[in-house]
Amino acid sequence: MNILEVNHLNIHDIHIGEPIVKDISFDLQQGQCLAIVGESGSGKSVTCRSIMKLNPSSLQQSGSIVFQGIDLNTLTDQQMRKRRGKQIGMIMQNGMSAFDPSCVIGTHLRETLGQHYGWNRSKIDERMHIAMHSVMLNHPDRLMNRYPHELSGGMLQRIMIALTLVLEPDILIADEPTTALDMLSQQEVMAQFIRLRHTLGCSMIFISHDLGAVRHIADHILIMKDGKVIERGETEQLFTAPRQEYTRDLLSARFALDNHFRQLMERKEG
Amino acid sequence: MGMYIIRRMLLAVPLLWAISLLTFILINLSPMDPAVVVLQAQGVPSITDELIERTQQQLGLDQPFLVRYLNWMLDCLQLDFGNSYITGQSVWALIGPAFLNTLRLTLVSAVSIIAVSVLLGVLCALQAGRVLDKSVRTLAFILTAIPSYGLAALLVWYFSVRLDLLPTSGMDSYRSYILPVLIITISYAGLYFRNVRSSMLSNMNKDYVLYGRASGLPERVITMHILRNSLQVAISIFCMAIPIILGSTVVVENVFAWPGLGSLSIRAILSRDFPVIQAYVLILAVSFVIFNAISDMINAAMNPKLRNGL
Repeated sequence: MNILEVNHLNIHDIHIGEPIVKDISFDLQQGQCLAIVGESGSGKSVTCRSIMKLNPSSLQQSGSIVFQGIDLNTLTDQQMRKRRGKQIGMIMQNGMSAFDPSCVIGTHLRETLGQHYGWNRSKIDERMHIAMHSVMLNHPDRLMNRYPHELSGGMLQRIMIALTLVLEPDILIADEPTTALDMLSQQEVMAQFIRLRHTLGCSMIFISHDLGAVRHIADHILIMKDGKVIERGETEQLFTAPRQEYTRDLLSARFALDNHFRQLMERKEG
Repeated sequence: MGMYIIRRMLLAVPLLWAISLLTFILINLSPMDPAVVVLQAQGVPSITDELIERTQQQLGLDQPFLVRYLNWMLDCLQLDFGNSYITGQSVWALIGPAFLNTLRLTLVSAVSIIAVSVLLGVLCALQAGRVLDKSVRTLAFILTAIPSYGLAALLVWYFSVRLDLLPTSGMDSYRSYILPVLIITISYAGLYFRNVRSSMLSNMNKDYVLYGRASGLPERVITMHILRNSLQVAISIFCMAIPIILGSTVVVENVFAWPGLGSLSIRAILSRDFPVIQAYVLILAVSFVIFNAISDMINAAMNPKLRNGL
């Protein structure tokens, strides 16, 4: 069963008078993970934000986005707001800037959970503590009282994942969640994403330009270039037999980098 | 936070000392001999060298510079600014009530400026680019371009003379405050609301706003977060506006015959009443330092990153 269907999505920037996303259609099945891969400016993030209706008003979108049988374009702002976070969740690229810098982390968590569940403070703290322990964050009560600048990007990323664990959304959109992290944190965060998928069984849209990360988590891949989908397919099929020149370039660039890195390491060891 | 406040206050001490030294040096650089000023004010017909010498001795002006400075500074610490050369009254008795009158006008104006700037800034930012935003900005541009004495004359003519609603001058009741406060508010809020607006607009594009929306927070809550972060810039400006208004109410005070510091300082400067001028400069400089420290403390309370910066 399809949980999300995006049909003929077009996004137009009225300031520069140019289309950013051109006639994109895709669907997402229950429990499936779809990766959207492409270079910067290919329209990946804008596409995902249009699903949550979070693009600025200067970006006009047309086409239908059907979530659990309901066209999101027909919803009021209030109805849409109730779905954000609770049914369609999002993990941001940069944890360092995702939280209000003048409030402690707990503020955002309590406001969000209070909004969706109406829980009191102690219930929220209790649930967050469990979730934070499960993403390997120790001393949750101390973390809740820390300011964003006092924590690392990887920790903030895991706090977002912990919040998602409590919210249990039907779809999770992860917008390049590992790009701003160092190698070690990337691996930890990826492991948490894979666990999160198994725990919640939710569908996922994973935006990335890291093909290595995508291969571990995605069932299907969309390759985007200049606002268009140029190739789509199952992950293994796309890795072993890419049809488009651009996809081959992306893959070979990735492997060339890998090989270059491996050679460097071997030389260093030798 | 407690440590921050203590460190910030300690930092103000050397600054205050430097200000007192500078004030004293500047006044002493004046080519006019204070003894001559005093003798002229007393209406002495022929000022002889002997007379000048005797007056200098009486005023303690024959002592070395550093001794005079130390004496003056120690007196100042006890709020004793000496006596006026012209009237012979204690400077504190002259300047104290005038300072309080100006402070009252300034504080009422500051509250009004902050309320108007924040309100207009937030409104314009939420409506950015629309008719309301454009018309408020155009109107503010025109109003701030009119010099305050022109605006004062216009408002006095309309509200006090034609409609006979408000007093033209003096400081009798709360009604006396309305016009001066209105004029000061227009000239400052017309500038400051732009800071609030642009700061709001730049915060609206931040990631934390997007994540707040993506988490399903209501716009009301998100606006409060934006406001909290935007006001940090505005608070510094507001706090620094208070001493600026204190020192620049001269025009408004003269138009409305407000018995404040502005009118007093002009009189002191014209008659070269050095102790009064010294006290006036010192009080203004000290209020700059104090309000600057207050603004830093408020900012540190709002922005945790600043707390470790000192």
